[in-house]
Amino acid sequence: MSFRIASSPHNHSQQQTHVLMRKVVLACIPGIAAQCYFFGFGVLLQLLLAISTALASEALILYWRGKPVLVRLKDNSALLTAVLLAVAIPPFAPWWIIVLGTAFAIIVVKQLYGGLGHNLFNPAMAAYVLLLVSFPQQMTSWLPPQSLQAQQQHVLDPVCTVFTNFSCAGYSMTQLKTDADGMTMATPLDTLKTDLAAGRTVTESQQHKIFAAIGGIGWNWVNLAFLAGGLWLLQQKIIQWRIPAALLGSLALCSLLAYLIDADRNGSPLFHLFSGGTMLAAFFIATDPVSASTTERGRLIYGALIGLLIFLIRRFGGYPDAVAFAVMLANLAVPLIDYYTRPRTYGHRPNSHKHKGVH
Amino acid sequence: MNQYQEIARQGLWQNNPGLVQLLGLCPLLATSSTLTNALGLGLATVLVLMSTNFVVSLIRHQVPNEIRIPVFVMVIAAVVTAIEQLMHAYTYALYQSLGIFIPLIVTNCIVIGRAEAFASKNAILPATVDGLMMGLGFTAVLASLGAVREVLGQGTLFDGADALLGSWATVLRVELYQSDSHFLLAILPPGAFLVLGCLIAAKNAIDLRQKKKQQQVKTITRARVTHSAGAESAAGGN
Repeated sequence: MSFRIASSPHNHSQQQTHVLMRKVVLACIPGIAAQCYFFGFGVLLQLLLAISTALASEALILYWRGKPVLVRLKDNSALLTAVLLAVAIPPFAPWWIIVLGTAFAIIVVKQLYGGLGHNLFNPAMAAYVLLLVSFPQQMTSWLPPQSLQAQQQHVLDPVCTVFTNFSCAGYSMTQLKTDADGMTMATPLDTLKTDLAAGRTVTESQQHKIFAAIGGIGWNWVNLAFLAGGLWLLQQKIIQWRIPAALLGSLALCSLLAYLIDADRNGSPLFHLFSGGTMLAAFFIATDPVSASTTERGRLIYGALIGLLIFLIRRFGGYPDAVAFAVMLANLAVPLIDYYTRPRTYGHRPNSHKHKGVH
Repeated sequence: MNQYQEIARQGLWQNNPGLVQLLGLCPLLATSSTLTNALGLGLATVLVLMSTNFVVSLIRHQVPNEIRIPVFVMVIAAVVTAIEQLMHAYTYALYQSLGIFIPLIVTNCIVIGRAEAFASKNAILPATVDGLMMGLGFTAVLASLGAVREVLGQGTLFDGADALLGSWATVLRVELYQSDSHFLLAILPPGAFLVLGCLIAAKNAIDLRQKKKQQQVKTITRARVTHSAGAESAAGGN
């Protein structure tokens, strides 16, 4: 037998990249299941399209760059990017949306910056922003939860709609978005934003059927499911508590303050926490080890910054949800945050650099 | 290679203001949303560069070294004002769509850069040719950026060309594909950055490939110089 001589650290975590990524993907399963239950099987089709596009474009770029293709493909990072983007976009969006987005995420945002570990931005969120800015209509066409849909959803409807823009029975997206009373349905955040802009109060806006639960029908369960997955990740020590706690804490605090100041024009903190993509962002997106801050204090600042930005954009911005924009803006701030929160070197006193002149 | 060929090579490729010097990025990115806008601003820049290089070279012996920069800026500002008035008079639609970016040619670093680096040190004819070539190089980058962005964003080419070239130019408009959903990002500023990045990468790749080819050729010629007789006589001659 041969003795392997390795340099320190000798005692290291056994978590390898591919295991880590696989566990994060697994932790998405409850959220995906909840989406399937409330919004139909579209998300599974989107996942299929996203994963195949991601693997294909990753393999293509790795081949061009002369890197080992199979080894890098097996680290599951492209898979995770694909999954995160697929759960973020509307399940009935046309097929080219997800294909374009995933290819952009892998080729431009990840590989052109140097591949895994070098990307400045979270690939899934950068691609989401690209899609949202370029195709606002398709990217906001969320169907209402199945219980509120006027037309009964057929099992094959996702396939028909994603590839032809019409359901199997021939209904267009606009018709599918209409409920039994002939009202066009939007996401809870979107509904609230439109109503507030029209001068209605929060209480009036919440007369809509979609607000039957905190955060809106379906959306609260999707968020709870992502929360459950996130807690499992915490328990598995895949992610640390700092970023999610800071993000949720800062979002809750901001929305609580606003709610206390003017309850008529601000959603409650619980509404903010359990609607839109809050939980997905807190546990799955902001915790991306590459584009997030790497120091302990830095992670608290980074998470709190995202929470603050989500609140500000949801409340004052033009878009109903703000997770992707908030994460990208915070990604930009990461080098600065890391620079000012460098941990004390072992053996040095705090603020020892101030005494340098004395020695 | 004579002087003018070298000037042309520098301006159009080797030292291209858009791809290598990365000067004047502000108008480059802001006005390249369509091919027509890009060509309009590019041609205006060519005119400005030629005229300023000509004037600066003409007065280069009279201008005291200490105040040359203010003098150059005055010359540039005068020329740009004249061009702006001309565009106001003859290409009003284009003037309106380019907006603030015509007067802003004054601040385009290429113009002051060429005046300082080339025109103030060279005779009139080379200076004017340099202005033309630098301007054409800039226009070429601007136009290719505009073409790519217009095709991606709207699926057309030469949309609104009549604003630049007169009413006959409406026939130039090419509709490559029809789509309900435009790719808005290509028209927005981030699209300009992404496409420019790709253009720069392409230029660098071409340069790299040429360099490799030249190196291969060189090693072959070196291998030939082995026999002593010819080499010695050459050395003695020196």
